[in-house]
Amino acid sequence: KQEVSYNAPELRLMWSNGEGARAVPLAGHVGFDSMPDQLVNKSVNHGFCFNILCVGETGLGKSTLMDTLFNTKFEGEPTQHNQPGVTLKSNTYELQESNVRLKLTVVNTVGFGDQINKEDSYKSIVEFIDAQFEAYLQEELKIKRTLHSYHDTRIHACLYFIAPTGHSLKSLDLVTMKKLDSKVNIIPIIAKSDAISKSELAKFKIKITSELVSNGVQIYQFPTDDESVAEINSTMNSHLPFAVVGSTEEVKIGNKMVKARQYPWGTVQVENENHCDFVKLREMLIRVNMEDLREQTHTRHYELYRRCKLEEMGFKDTDPDSKPFSLQETYEAKRNEFMGELQKKEEEMRQMFVQRVKEKEAELKEAEKELHEKFDRLKKLHQDEKKKLEEKKKSLDDELNTFKQKKTAAELLQNQAQQAGGSTTLKRDKERKK
Amino acid sequence: MSSDDGRMLQQKNLEGYVGFANLPNQVYRKSVKRGFEFTLMVVGESGLGKSTMINSLFLTDLYSTDYPGPSHRIKKTVQVEQSKVLVKEGGVHLLLTIVDTPGFGDAVDNSNCWQPVTDHIDSKFEDYLNAESRVNRRQMPDNRVHCCLYFIAPSGHGLKPLDIEFMKRLHEKVNIIPLIAKADTMTPEECQQFKKQIMKEIQEHKIKIYEFPEIDDEEEMKIIRKIKDRLPLAVVGSNTIIEVSGKRVRGRQYPWGVAEVENGEHCDFTILRNMLIRTHMQDLKDVTNNVHYENYRSKKLAAVTYNGVDNNKNKGQLTKSPLAQMEEERREHVAKMKKMEQEMEQVFEMKVKEKLQKLKDSEAELKRRHEQMKKNLEAQHKELEEKRHQHEEEKASWEAQQRILEQQKLDRLKQNKKVNIFIDQQ
Repeated sequence: KQEVSYNAPELRLMWSNGEGARAVPLAGHVGFDSMPDQLVNKSVNHGFCFNILCVGETGLGKSTLMDTLFNTKFEGEPTQHNQPGVTLKSNTYELQESNVRLKLTVVNTVGFGDQINKEDSYKSIVEFIDAQFEAYLQEELKIKRTLHSYHDTRIHACLYFIAPTGHSLKSLDLVTMKKLDSKVNIIPIIAKSDAISKSELAKFKIKITSELVSNGVQIYQFPTDDESVAEINSTMNSHLPFAVVGSTEEVKIGNKMVKARQYPWGTVQVENENHCDFVKLREMLIRVNMEDLREQTHTRHYELYRRCKLEEMGFKDTDPDSKPFSLQETYEAKRNEFMGELQKKEEEMRQMFVQRVKEKEAELKEAEKELHEKFDRLKKLHQDEKKKLEEKKKSLDDELNTFKQKKTAAELLQNQAQQAGGSTTLKRDKERKK
Repeated sequence: MSSDDGRMLQQKNLEGYVGFANLPNQVYRKSVKRGFEFTLMVVGESGLGKSTMINSLFLTDLYSTDYPGPSHRIKKTVQVEQSKVLVKEGGVHLLLTIVDTPGFGDAVDNSNCWQPVTDHIDSKFEDYLNAESRVNRRQMPDNRVHCCLYFIAPSGHGLKPLDIEFMKRLHEKVNIIPLIAKADTMTPEECQQFKKQIMKEIQEHKIKIYEFPEIDDEEEMKIIRKIKDRLPLAVVGSNTIIEVSGKRVRGRQYPWGVAEVENGEHCDFTILRNMLIRTHMQDLKDVTNNVHYENYRSKKLAAVTYNGVDNNKNKGQLTKSPLAQMEEERREHVAKMKKMEQEMEQVFEMKVKEKLQKLKDSEAELKRRHEQMKKNLEAQHKELEEKRHQHEEEKASWEAQQRILEQQKLDRLKQNKKVNIFIDQQ
């Protein structure tokens, strides 16, 4: 008989809806202890997926490291240094180990660090990561969605390759990591670490770690909350950043073929923990914490992206009175708001047109008025002219009349005179004749 | 080989140890840490042994004198009640929620007695949907009903109308596992007949009971097919432990023998327990999440989005999220407004052009008239001028003439005077 108390702190954390639950003992074997197995079987049948992003300058051995980590030869030829900007190239592979199928996507930053002006280098990386979040968010928001079979492309781990200068982080590294630390799990690694001596390496690691801390860069911490892996994870955390060496070449050491890099002064064995941290990286990244990396991506980085995106679009969880919105209310409120906005815009446009029409009409009316006034003025002038003309005509007519009268009078006089003159002459003649 | 989204996938062979074969262990570890939840609903008339069945399944006194089961509570109407218990086994923690429906089917008029049940299931879906849709999402508790055990009374004949009605109303909301209760009241032959009849009626009414998923393992599938043949499961439950042949077993003591709960030849209890708890508990949760909940969600969201919008136009566009739908509506509206703006602009321009043309014509007309009048006046002026000129000439010549005549007259007078003087002189 097993007694279980709900007040045990770890149990209370488990279920937020466990309030009021009472612990009851079992009188025998019920069999639900197979639940983890049931869950595991489901996952194995479904297959797993894991997406790694490799960020680092050209030539730091990113592809080689991937090949070494996954014991296979992935695509790609080495790139030149003349890329105009940073592009991200992604390839997906189906791998199987024992009965476990893994869909692995490896994303490489091509051209990172090659430009003279690297101010925008981080941008394409951030955009890529956001694009994967966005795709998932869109799927999650669809009305008819198929999340169960959705191929998750969100980046679960970002291996940040640091150049083995031995001095400190480059400013490009700090800037980039700062931009990425809230979006992805960053695991910094020192690439091609066989170029650094052991003593320099220790100093380099300390320098890098302190620079990360002082710049507030949050790198991924291997989780220490689960007792079964707490110890190893906590130890490994102190070995970050991992100094790695990658190689797909094999060299015979003793009677075994091992992955190594052969120098005149010795052979660097990739899987020798005294030579480099490759094994540690593989352990942490793949064998122990792969699932945690996936979980962190989903519950932390993705949720942050989603929350910001939704807040940007004006979604809230509670109204001003702190009452929670139901989904339906939120959508309807959003919809009404934006419909109202559109209608307002439409109304504004109409009003503007009405205004313009009014103004133009007034303008034209004004012009028409002016025109009529102009012609009225002309008409008046014309009237005046006509009047003057009439007057002139009249005066001429008067003159003509006067003249005519004068003429007539004169002619009359002349006629009279002629007659009288004749008679006068006659009279004179008569008188003469007397 | 290609992925679901048609991307190019290459298969690679591993040339050595990588370590992701340990992923299942990681998943195992995390799931144990998280703990498990399961919600089981039991529905059936009073007295069919539901509480006893739960106690038998989970080997615990979930329902005891302190926490009586549903049949001990007298209810006038159908209630829906939850009991939550925490159980632990082999390091695995399970939060088990049992949902009771006391009063179901007990009334004289049982119309709509399934309503509180569907309401309960829907409200749990709604809670989950709201939790899932929040901006700030925390750990989302899963209170959705994962399985419904429907108890059929062992009449031996067939399904009652209430049974059929209930299952039809709920088969698309929850995984239904129909059980023949109190199977120890039937002989194996009667039971077989009864089962056949029930399955026939279930098929006739197109009721979708919970189906076992197909799996690749041929051996496993054989077992599953055997189980399928025995549906619906006929069960017996018991709270008492009896000693049979030296073994302590759960069973029901009759004068003629003991009906053992966990004896596969006596009833299908073991099959039920194994399937419900030991092998398919996770699948029941997955089907609830991927099928029943998604159905609820898409119906709910479709209703929200297309509120007030012509449904016919938008059928078949359910692949968009409501936000994308709104975005599209916004774009459509903006385009419509732009078009309207363009049209209004065009009309405006045209009207203005018309008016300007009219104005121009009017101006031209007025100008013309004015010119005409001007010309007219000028003509008149000219005419007048000519007349005057003529008159002047006439006047001038007449005056000249008059002057001559005057002169002549004067001359004549002078002459006459001279003559008269001459005459007078004589």
